[in-house]
Amino acid sequence: MLKVEEQQPEVFPETLIEKFNEIISRYPKGKQKSALLPMLHEVQAVFGWLSVPSMDKVAGYLGIMPIEVYEVASFYTMYFLKPQGKYMLEVCRTGPCCLVGAEKVMAHIEQTLGVKEGEVTADGLFSWRGVECLAACGFGPVLQIGPEYTFYENLNEEKVDQLIQDLRNK
Amino acid sequence: MGRKLLLEHINVPGINTFDVYRQNGGYRAVEKALKMTPDEVVEEVKKSGLRGRGGAGFPTGMKWSFLAKPEGVPRYLVCNADESEPGTFKDRFLMTHIPHALIEGMIVSSFALGAKTSYIYVRGEMMPQVRILERAIAEAKNAGYLGKNILGTGYDLELYVQPGGGAYICGEETALLESLEGKRGNPRIKPPFPAIAGLYGCPTVVNNVESIAATVPIINDGGDEYAKIGIGRSTGTKLISASGNLVRPGVYEIELGLPVEEFIYSDEYCGGIANGKRLKATVAGGSSVPVLPANLTLKLANGEPRLMSYEGLSEGGFITGTMMGSGGFIAFDEDQCMVRNTWNFARFYSHESCGQCSPCREGTGWMEKILRKIEFGEGRMSDIDLLVDVARKIEGNTICPLGDAAAWPVASAIRHFRDEFEWHVKEPVKCLETNYGLANYAVPIAKTEVTT
Repeated sequence: MLKVEEQQPEVFPETLIEKFNEIISRYPKGKQKSALLPMLHEVQAVFGWLSVPSMDKVAGYLGIMPIEVYEVASFYTMYFLKPQGKYMLEVCRTGPCCLVGAEKVMAHIEQTLGVKEGEVTADGLFSWRGVECLAACGFGPVLQIGPEYTFYENLNEEKVDQLIQDLRNK
Repeated sequence: MGRKLLLEHINVPGINTFDVYRQNGGYRAVEKALKMTPDEVVEEVKKSGLRGRGGAGFPTGMKWSFLAKPEGVPRYLVCNADESEPGTFKDRFLMTHIPHALIEGMIVSSFALGAKTSYIYVRGEMMPQVRILERAIAEAKNAGYLGKNILGTGYDLELYVQPGGGAYICGEETALLESLEGKRGNPRIKPPFPAIAGLYGCPTVVNNVESIAATVPIINDGGDEYAKIGIGRSTGTKLISASGNLVRPGVYEIELGLPVEEFIYSDEYCGGIANGKRLKATVAGGSSVPVLPANLTLKLANGEPRLMSYEGLSEGGFITGTMMGSGGFIAFDEDQCMVRNTWNFARFYSHESCGQCSPCREGTGWMEKILRKIEFGEGRMSDIDLLVDVARKIEGNTICPLGDAAAWPVASAIRHFRDEFEWHVKEPVKCLETNYGLANYAVPIAKTEVTT
């Protein structure tokens, strides 16, 4: 069983630090704050969410105030400020996807996983939520799963069942 | 068959790799442009009549010519790949399948503008496309088309991909620049325009993915040749993202000026309405533009065929017309509920409002709540006019166009489908059980004096 840790390790792995340095090198000197969004993605890919200690650490690397990190992390929808399931199913809930059955897909996911939007299953494996347009309207309904944001298109109830089964067996 | 400029080689296996792209005539535009002067490249783009493909439709060459060029200050080109407009997915398609078309366009455009560092701001959800572009950049660099002294011409260019964090508002160019600087995506007050003070306060041009990719055929064939395609001031080809209740949704490249009817029903394009249903309405240019009933989609108010061009789609103004926008074409069949869809879009804008201007922050939330009430059978007749009133008070009263984009779908849905809104109020139980059908607009109407 997967255990969700409330307190993350304060130590960033070496590979993450290397990635930070590479990202910061993309911008002119003194403009390293531009690295903030990509860096937060990297931190989230490692830990699954952004804890306050890890955001403070990012602020330290960039030489900016912690509040500058918090305000960004809370503005953008992709950053999680609390732990999520190992697999976060993000289903597009905007107009074009709803024309071809996104609402049905979301209802089916809720029923299959037995948790409400934003909650985590007891085994820690899954959470789900509706998100706004994912720019794949011609292939709807669609969902994505981070941290690589793998895409699943033309969904129906059977395909969702298969996907959840595959993820459980992984 | 219409001419294809961007998707000509879409079916060639391996076209996403540098080698195959190169074998199919790729990177000729870079070789050609680098032998010209930057001003000559700008001139070709001006001659082409290319208009911004992200939504606003502003002439690209003119935008480029506004770029300030003070001595000793770097200039930037930023590609807007934050494709988030509901109904639009052409940029994702292009970047996924022909990433080098964007990279080649970025090199040509950066050279024209004198940018030595350029960024492609991709929405964060498109992480697979971020990886695809990063690989394409590495391939181009390896072949000497990026980096120091490109093709021995002395021109240096570094190209980076920047992922966003998930925010529709970052598709607005000044919000995008804020985000690229590592801040919240709050649009800036203009002026100063990015051409004077953009990224890091330096002169900057922000262009859509498709606009940048279009510079490749423009340089290859010349601006005059490009301008011969299309109709009137709508030159060239346009990628249309077709979604909703269509037989074949997907991305299509059309020559501007194609009749809307042909686009929807021809087998070369969408192949008609799915499941043998009838067309009820369309949103022609992404969720922000006014919705049109079927009759006004296919024909102008005077009965002439409506054409897919900047002028053709906006013919009739907001009374009987709509807009080209980003080319996100959404089709609704007779079973779709206009109230529910309008509520869905209103929720989208309420969710995506950055919260900076009160008319948008408060107004989008009110519209969402009122529409939800009507959709779920708790609406009052006066709510319909209230919606129109709120929409009118948002429109034009905000720093960026998100306010307008939120107001137009609501105002237009009530303008054209008012009877369906009223039916929701009068028959709250029935409306949750049955579909309203085609509303009163199944037969084409003559020029009407509809006002909101």
